[in-house]
Amino acid sequence: MSEPRLVEVRRNVLKQNDVIARSLREQFRQAGVFVVSLVSSPGSGKTTFLEKTLTLLQPQYRVAALVGDLATENDAVRLARSKAPVKQITTGTLCHLEAAMVQNALSDWDLHHFDFLFIENVGNLVCPSSYDLGESLRLVLMSVTEGEDKPLKYPTIFNSADIAVITKNELTTAVEFDWQTARNSIESVRPGMKIFRLSAKTGEGMNDYLDFLAAQLREHRSIALK
Amino acid sequence: MHELSIAMGIVDAAMDEARQRGVHVNAVHLRLGALSGVVKDALLFSYEAACQDTPLAGSRLIVEDVPVVVFCPRCDDTRVLGSVQSFLCPECNTPTMDIRKGKELEIFALEVEE
Repeated sequence: MSEPRLVEVRRNVLKQNDVIARSLREQFRQAGVFVVSLVSSPGSGKTTFLEKTLTLLQPQYRVAALVGDLATENDAVRLARSKAPVKQITTGTLCHLEAAMVQNALSDWDLHHFDFLFIENVGNLVCPSSYDLGESLRLVLMSVTEGEDKPLKYPTIFNSADIAVITKNELTTAVEFDWQTARNSIESVRPGMKIFRLSAKTGEGMNDYLDFLAAQLREHRSIALK
Repeated sequence: MHELSIAMGIVDAAMDEARQRGVHVNAVHLRLGALSGVVKDALLFSYEAACQDTPLAGSRLIVEDVPVVVFCPRCDDTRVLGSVQSFLCPECNTPTMDIRKGKELEIFALEVEE
């Protein structure tokens, strides 16, 4: 045996995921579909929020959703009430979605049929941050019941997201949620991040967020045409 | 905890490099950014498990931490952040999201024997 020696290599550990994510992003661009991925803690109201989003967008837009869940199909069943095409990705013990799972789930869908595709990640604010899914926009959702300092506890996922939505606004008084503190926490970990304050239950504040999505879709398509 | 999948990815990549070069790997050197979303201790713990029953069994994982480096538009220079909880220039307090380093999850060297 020779002496141990050091050899230089350069290998991104997540390269395989990133390659698939890039190819998905190109597919989405060509099909003109705007893809939003949702990340949040368990119990923050992701499914209620998504159900409301799908229902309110549908009169005008063609929408679909992929939902990641560890074990059950409950979320997909709930979302199917919106009448939008919904597919479940059951991850088993895996705590996050990877680009390959999204690619497999989409294999028999024609993306040209959709304006918006939503990808609901597994409820987890840690693991999904490392994995690019090819999405056009990453949305991090938190609810007022989780406390104002959530962004400081999970800075990586907030930093990697494009917009923040704070939901369950109808409970603000009951849980004494301080909006300014929450805004400051987000601004600290992700300067300039756009924040939507709303209630998926009552519908309050949903319009601003939906208008924002519509504007993003228009922009996405105008860039895709160039 | 996704560190086990990451550790398995590291082992696969290192085995692939070792096969191509016809060498045995003693240690894997990894750059780990503060914004990579990977917890170092959990990764080190998972690495041993991921190596089991592979040619890398018994090898070491040596992690080099990479802090977040941002570009401050006001200072017109790069700055190292002391914490991932505050994206403010440590010199002039200007907020910045121009991230230059800190997302690395990259094997940069292998300690090998023929």
